[in-house]
Amino acid sequence: MSVEHHTAGGNGHGHADHGHHELPFWRKYIFSVDHKVIGIQYAVTALVFLLFGFSLMMLLRWQLAYPGQPLPVLGKLLGETAMPGGVMAPEFYNQLGAMHGTIMVFLGVVPLAVGGFGNFVVPLQIGAPDMAFPRLNMVSYWVFLPGCILMVCSFFANGGAAQSGWTSYPPLSDIAPAGQTMWCLAMVLIITSSLLGSINFIVTIVQLRAKGLTYWRLPFFVHAQLVTAFLLLLAFPPLEAATVMQLMDRLAGTSFFLPSGLVVSGEQLKAAGGGSPLLWQHLFWFLAHPEVYVLILPGMGIVAEVIANNTRKPLWGYRLLVYSVIFIGFMSFVVWAHHMFMTGMGTTMSTFFQTTTMIISIPSVVILTCFIMSLYGGNIRFTAPMLFATAFLPMFAIGGLTGLPLGLTASDIYLHDTFYVIGHFHYVVAPGTLFALFAGIYYWYPKATGRQLSDKLGKVHFWLSFVAINFVFMPMFFQGMAGLSRRLYDPTVYAHGRGVQALNVVISWGAWGLALAQLPFVVNFFMSLRAGARVAENPWHSTTLEWAAPSPPGHGNFLTEPVVYREPYEYSVPGKTKDYSPQFQAEG
Amino acid sequence: MSETVIPYMVKPHPVTGLPNGKFGIWLFLSSEVMLFGALFSSYVLIRIGMPHWPPEGGLSSEVLSVPWGTFNTAVLITSSITMVLAWASCKMGSLPRFKRWMGATVFLALVFLVVKYFEYSDKFHHDHFPSHDNFFAVYFLLTGLHGLHIVGGIIVNTFLLTWGSRMWKTDPEHFTNRVENAGLYWHFVDLVWIFLFPSLYLL
Repeated sequence: MSVEHHTAGGNGHGHADHGHHELPFWRKYIFSVDHKVIGIQYAVTALVFLLFGFSLMMLLRWQLAYPGQPLPVLGKLLGETAMPGGVMAPEFYNQLGAMHGTIMVFLGVVPLAVGGFGNFVVPLQIGAPDMAFPRLNMVSYWVFLPGCILMVCSFFANGGAAQSGWTSYPPLSDIAPAGQTMWCLAMVLIITSSLLGSINFIVTIVQLRAKGLTYWRLPFFVHAQLVTAFLLLLAFPPLEAATVMQLMDRLAGTSFFLPSGLVVSGEQLKAAGGGSPLLWQHLFWFLAHPEVYVLILPGMGIVAEVIANNTRKPLWGYRLLVYSVIFIGFMSFVVWAHHMFMTGMGTTMSTFFQTTTMIISIPSVVILTCFIMSLYGGNIRFTAPMLFATAFLPMFAIGGLTGLPLGLTASDIYLHDTFYVIGHFHYVVAPGTLFALFAGIYYWYPKATGRQLSDKLGKVHFWLSFVAINFVFMPMFFQGMAGLSRRLYDPTVYAHGRGVQALNVVISWGAWGLALAQLPFVVNFFMSLRAGARVAENPWHSTTLEWAAPSPPGHGNFLTEPVVYREPYEYSVPGKTKDYSPQFQAEG
Repeated sequence: MSETVIPYMVKPHPVTGLPNGKFGIWLFLSSEVMLFGALFSSYVLIRIGMPHWPPEGGLSSEVLSVPWGTFNTAVLITSSITMVLAWASCKMGSLPRFKRWMGATVFLALVFLVVKYFEYSDKFHHDHFPSHDNFFAVYFLLTGLHGLHIVGGIIVNTFLLTWGSRMWKTDPEHFTNRVENAGLYWHFVDLVWIFLFPSLYLL
């Protein structure tokens, strides 16, 4: 917590002097209503949780690489309940898995992509002085943070943290120890926060665009954030409903998700019964599939900005991109049950969801194709953000294409719940979305702080991460095709797992290497706050509106009210002296 | 403190025809539709999975008190009318009349809660807790969540009736917008009850 305040403080130097009187420290950096400060608060909180969630996984990887062997040093420190004799207890293994997923998705990637980048960049890119509801924005962060803290504190609950997977499937989660109750309460807070945020985004984008900024002149990033906000607005409430029902099952003794005649440890469970565990799965995936697009769309938005800026040419198929992203938004509400082919919900349902799943893959391919076409014929500047954005393309392609066999019922029967699934969605989210988010950090860091991140350290960070992350996720496909189940505590317990156990060692070392690869980034991030090269408004020679504001922008963002004259990506216009014609300049 | 001036806080946007707040409240209500929609769907799913509803036999209308439910329906519909009248009083420029109608709205909301309190305690008296069976689980979940929405409405309306009305002196148009937004929310809460009453008490 202290970290984000320090960073926010570091960003604030010398830019609050545009004719406003000074606010006290706690109003300026802690309970701030300024979208830029809130964005940075979200981003830094999310980065801390990404690191935390990653650490949980690095711990878990020890058990997978060396099952049953005591973990040196750390094993002793974590205590006798979690790691008796330094060997990971199965319950602790389950906690690490469940909390890794929950933290990475709900406390890491989404807050960074939407809360961080959305808050910081969207009002700047549309030429607004702030979000439409600044105080609501502040409340949204201060509902989110207690949710995060509650989630992490659940490790100290009696019986440990949530341990029924990040999906919290009942009946297991209904009868799990107290940590699961804290999981539910934390989720209610986090959902409420994202609900307030999404209302704010939609109103801001629709109402507060600068003069001349029509929908077809919006940067693609803003379109992506607008669709994302609608997904959050409409998909999260069903999970809130489901979480409240699970809370009632756990606290008030109801049986929403408990079927009749359930037997636990040889004894019949004392509950009224008559509920449906499948109901939870439907409600959960009704959120969690749109959530997948909440994870990826802002990433695609960032990649679009970085690619256009570094190829020095307009995005290929800008309107196609926008239509695709809107189409994805609609379709993402009717694909959820492809996570449930194995539940026996019937062939008619399965066929329907298999069909919609195949349909939704089309706009994703269109988007990827547009990005690749954008590279064609460009005079590409391979800066650190561009390296991450370029790598996003093949990584997302691998993640997307490996998803097709999972969307088809026949092949899913074999691959469901194996490491293949883990490999698939991690390729989308880790080297996909996370690389895009890194690209965004390198790209907008100068705007947020007024200083450039070191490009050299950025490139070291990129290449090491790029190699390591493929060692982590590529072998998972082979393990999955060998039939290795994703949640096994001891992967060598079955004969078919022993054949691919060597790959587990590779993956674990890859993951630990990936952690080391983040060191240049951490050093760069903090060092550049003080030592980075100072920049003017528009260091990347970019065309979109955020680069019209000072770096860092002061309270109210723009010195004069911006007016938009043209489309967002007018690079290398023939006959012009400069190779970029900003949206905000009348004469390009 | 130095607040940035946000456009369209009070005046409607020329294209959408809405000020920010009203747009925001409509979006909020759309997410509320999804919340209650999910709960209603869950109710349907659980109910069709049961051989009989209520599971113990009999009819919903015999287990729950239809007269009190009907009375509460009338109370909420009346409160929606008084809410509109409160807003109309603002539009016509009379704060005292606004206070009268808003006071009536808050009073009717409290009446609703008192009736609900007696209904709940009657159920508890007969040992019908949420854990009894899924009929009562659904009943308490849906009416409980709706009750929380009523409480939220009471808080907002009471604020507008007391400290909030100080804005009338400085910015009557903004205040009237706030009353309208609170009204939209209140009609929604009313509407949810109009679905809840027949599907829980009568069907």
